[in-house]
Amino acid sequence: MEWMAWTLPTAAFFSSIAVLLVVMTVWEIRSPCVERKGFLPITTTRGDRLFIGLLGSAYLHLMVLGLTSWPLWIASVLALLWLALVLRWG
Amino acid sequence: MNKVPNNKAWWLVLPVFLLVAFSAIVPMMTVVNYSVQDIFDASTRFFVGADWYKQVLQDSRLHDSLLRQFIFSACVLLIEIPLGIAIALCMPTKGRWVSVCLIVLAIPLLIPWNVVGTIWQIFGRADIGLMGWALNALGFDYNYAANTMDAWVTVLVMDVWHWTSLVALLCYSGLRAIPDVYYQAARIDRATPWAVFRYIQLPKMKSVLLIAVLLRFMDSFMIYTEPFVLTGGGPGNATTFLSQTLTQMAVGQFDLGPAAAFSLVYFLIILLVSWLFYTAMTHADQNR
Repeated sequence: MEWMAWTLPTAAFFSSIAVLLVVMTVWEIRSPCVERKGFLPITTTRGDRLFIGLLGSAYLHLMVLGLTSWPLWIASVLALLWLALVLRWG
Repeated sequence: MNKVPNNKAWWLVLPVFLLVAFSAIVPMMTVVNYSVQDIFDASTRFFVGADWYKQVLQDSRLHDSLLRQFIFSACVLLIEIPLGIAIALCMPTKGRWVSVCLIVLAIPLLIPWNVVGTIWQIFGRADIGLMGWALNALGFDYNYAANTMDAWVTVLVMDVWHWTSLVALLCYSGLRAIPDVYYQAARIDRATPWAVFRYIQLPKMKSVLLIAVLLRFMDSFMIYTEPFVLTGGGPGNATTFLSQTLTQMAVGQFDLGPAAAFSLVYFLIILLVSWLFYTAMTHADQNR
């Protein structure tokens, strides 16, 4: 694995994504979700909302890095809020 | 009726998943790892956090090529999709001309990218190329190596020449799949040709058009070889698109960290735009 040049933060990042996917799968098997319409303009499933949340989080980080001089943890906090917002009310 | 859910068929996806893991996921993880480090050689590397992302996002060279890339992809879609639909509508539906048309349309798709670039590079030259010579003989001051506008038009025409067939063939297959009863019903209602197109042919072509738009967007957004061979990115930087800037950074200057950071930004842009196209086109009739 040395050639992949792992670092602790990226390993933690990918592990959390993997855990998230496993949790979503188990959750889906335990209680299958129904499509619903929230504040987003389209009907979404739980997985759709997770995808939208994660993609939005990535863009939030890029926006904070590119447009402001704020520290990165502010972007992470905003991303977590966005993720919670989309998953609950999206 | 009580439906028994059975998800065992998902195991059949496993071989594809493993293949994709090897060919895409593992390399992408490596790129993510590169993007947060300053790498000197196999054993010397330093963690730099999000510095490369910051540098890349504020780099005006990349802003310029991103802008050019969006303009190029927009032009490609605006020209090739309507043109492809029009060609598909004009194609014969039976007889020997069907195979002639299909073969003629398929020829550009069979030519490798670098050969297409070379063909157009020679075709556009004022001294030995047919198009360049003819345009200059007609009094146009055409020189794709020196004039920005000429270079852009040549790259665009080359892409249209190379890929409109793909859109046309996809649309043609979509059109052929429409049962004749729809047309019969339209004739009974005395529908105009426009109404037939708008309410029968276009909705029935939606799924193939979705594939065509996605393929053409992704391909044109990642275009590298053809403009590289044709203009080399010039004149100046006028036709240097994203992938060429990225290659210069990664292979030319060997700046692996910034190049990795930028390729992830690139990936996120493609992911977002493709997802938007897909969602817009698949949800369009649900909300009507």
